Amino acid sequence: MKNLLYLLFIMPLFVFSQEKIAGTITENINNEEVPLSGANVYWLNTSVGTVTDFDGNFEIAYKPEYKKLVISFVGYKTDTISVYSSKRITHSLTSTANLDQVTVTARQKATSRSFIQAANVLSVSSAELLKAACCNLAESFETNPSIDVNFADAISGTRQIKMLGLTSPYILITTENVPSIRGASQAYGLSFIPGTWVESIQITKGAGSVVNGYESIAGQINAELQKPAMDDKLFVNAYGAGNGRFELNTHLNTKVSERWSTGLYIHGNMRETEFDKNDDSFLDAPLMQQVNVMNRWQYTDTENGYVGFFNVRYMNDKKQTGQTFFDPDKDRGTTNAWGSEIKTHRFDVSGKFGYVNPDIPWRTGGLQIAYSHHDQESYFGLNDYNIQHDSFYANLLYNSIISDSRHKIKTGLSATYDGYDELVLNENFNRVENSVGAFFEYNFDNLGDLNFSAGIRADVHNTLGTFLTPRFHLRYSPWDKSAFRISAGRGKRSANIFAENQSLFATSRSLNILGNGGKVYGLDPEIAWNYGVSYMQGFNLFNRKADVTFDFYRTDFVNQIVVDWENPQQINFYNLEGESFSNNFQAEFNYSPFAHFDMRLAYKYYDVETTYLSGKKQTPLTPNHRFFANASYQTSQTAKGGLWKFDATFNYLGEQRFASDESYLNTIGLSEFSPSVSTLNAQITKVFSPNFEIYIGGENITNVKQQNPIVGSDNPFGTTFDTTYVYGPIFGSSYYAGLRYRIN
Amino acid sequence: MKSIIAILGIFLIGATGFAQNKNAKASIKVDGVCTMCKERIEKASIQAKGVKMATWDVNTHQLDLIYNEGKTDLKEIQQSVADSGHDTQDIKAKDEVYENIDPCCRYRDQQVIDDHKND
Repeated sequence: MKNLLYLLFIMPLFVFSQEKIAGTITENINNEEVPLSGANVYWLNTSVGTVTDFDGNFEIAYKPEYKKLVISFVGYKTDTISVYSSKRITHSLTSTANLDQVTVTARQKATSRSFIQAANVLSVSSAELLKAACCNLAESFETNPSIDVNFADAISGTRQIKMLGLTSPYILITTENVPSIRGASQAYGLSFIPGTWVESIQITKGAGSVVNGYESIAGQINAELQKPAMDDKLFVNAYGAGNGRFELNTHLNTKVSERWSTGLYIHGNMRETEFDKNDDSFLDAPLMQQVNVMNRWQYTDTENGYVGFFNVRYMNDKKQTGQTFFDPDKDRGTTNAWGSEIKTHRFDVSGKFGYVNPDIPWRTGGLQIAYSHHDQESYFGLNDYNIQHDSFYANLLYNSIISDSRHKIKTGLSATYDGYDELVLNENFNRVENSVGAFFEYNFDNLGDLNFSAGIRADVHNTLGTFLTPRFHLRYSPWDKSAFRISAGRGKRSANIFAENQSLFATSRSLNILGNGGKVYGLDPEIAWNYGVSYMQGFNLFNRKADVTFDFYRTDFVNQIVVDWENPQQINFYNLEGESFSNNFQAEFNYSPFAHFDMRLAYKYYDVETTYLSGKKQTPLTPNHRFFANASYQTSQTAKGGLWKFDATFNYLGEQRFASDESYLNTIGLSEFSPSVSTLNAQITKVFSPNFEIYIGGENITNVKQQNPIVGSDNPFGTTFDTTYVYGPIFGSSYYAGLRYRIN
Repeated sequence: MKSIIAILGIFLIGATGFAQNKNAKASIKVDGVCTMCKERIEKASIQAKGVKMATWDVNTHQLDLIYNEGKTDLKEIQQSVADSGHDTQDIKAKDEVYENIDPCCRYRDQQVIDDHKND
């Protein structure tokens, strides 16, 4: 005790008397600070210096006028640190070998919305994609409130997506920025991209950029695929579900040379079990088989600034649906039994080539080229529908700056070719569309509270004519963690009326095109303007991160190809006369109330109205109100990298209007509006190590089912047969399990 | 004829000798602690005449610059950065400017540096 007192007395003296600073110099090896001996330590612009000892310690004379201490060592980055007092110094030197790899270890959210981008973009990482274990691009949006995944029609089992209340033809869907799900693949294309192939998704609400074309109206979805140089050397995912669906995904990636990597991605899925739980004699889910193989080559030459990707893909998909006792070989073309087969082959080849000038990093150029051949042969009862679509796309892009990096420009040229060859019932439709265009986009960023992008493109198109497409996005952050956004833009496209509405073939409706001599099926191009405002605010709630977003978007159609289901015996296509619009309001709240727990709540309001021949009405099967909730929790990682993940998603859809009038709907056992629907999905993942994990989950756990989804199922060749009155799940609950194995 | 070529050659050499690099690169040390500092440093650099690109790294404190040598030099750029309140390797910011920057950016204060360690 006495000694301690002595020490206390002596200490201040000791401190005052010393004119030295002591410290330790370390280096970081595998996240551990290891003493660095032999490092030079000296005061800037003086000859006062020393060398660290074996334990990395040093002592150096100190005077208050010495402010900058330089620490250097061969093979390490020289650091200069400011010294304002004689406190002990601990400093870690960085080896020049790891200078270009800076690792940030913060847990990144699975879905994030940028505070600084001009456009309203949501980034969905692969972690988010794992929340819905199954299975393809269509289903990967189920945990995302900005995209609505609709219930499948009663025949094809395919999910359709909507954004801002508009169906997927109004969304530009690209893979690696090449428009991919369009034309013939519009109806089923999302199910042709396996979920495990997707590395990340970017969702842009509103007009989008001019760089990728003129077609986007409601927004843009871009899926980035796995990159051979980054993906696991071996990845295997197996999935099996109680609804009879099995999937197997295998990725093999290898580095071929210093600059070349290649990856082989193989996907297969099938359902061979027949289910008819509601006893309407029709399969609840189609029998299906798909083989999908992609080979990617990645070229990276960072020294000279060249990067490239080359892809080849082949896909073969078969679906069979209809009555359980339907035998395609015997019953096709007869009224013995109602059945349908959809067979699709698709071949894609694409390349992407980019150049970054290593000396002038803002000057980059790129070329994208893609070709696809899509061939669908199908029949729905006695109705035949075949479509062949050959598509070619090229886009040349150049980026630079004007004066300095606050003013960026993007400019380029693009060319497209689409050849369509369709057989509809017994009539042929052939059409060739081609276009060349040029675009220019200016981006301004004041590196602080404001940035905007203004783009325009001009295209010369053989059926759409010569037209301009302007797009504008602006972001302003008046205070901390805020972002106000506005956007406006125009989109134009030709509607592939049959390919986009294939469910019409699985009805007894007669098909009418009320054309006016336009160039696409006798109809005019679709033109729409989209305007949006959005406000996002981040804040702390009980010391935890939270953010809230309010979006309002309006789409106004100048012309639309109205798809009119209002007469129950007909489907009519005609040019819009009058008003057609979609108003969408969304409020979203994200909060992390405690560590490793994230929740997201969203309320969405839709007012989508179109002027039909019978007057202005809400678009059928579009609820006014939707509510979305997602909660996810994961335990802390163990030393071996093991953890548990829990995830649950709840969806509420308000009542939806059925097409046609109330008196008719009553005769087929429906009322004017559907009941509201709530569904719950949940999943548990057990990660054993970074290499292996298993998951189990349930879809539609509360077993909500639409009774009698097929109208007139007792007489499928009669006049009331219709499979399109689907507002909710047909299948009921289903449970699944799967595993993921990877070797890095 | 030969002499004309020689003279032309000499002129050309002279021309290239005097031509200044429009995209000169440099990396200098600038003191700062956080992303707010980054915004301020990059803004101050880019607003200096002739600077085309400026990227400051929070971890290494290195400011990578690309600038037109014909319009500016490193001293002028550093002056512009120092005027925003950040010490550069050659020019120290005036105390009164430093005092005006956001309290969380006071990079000369060991306490502030420590507070940002877990960012």
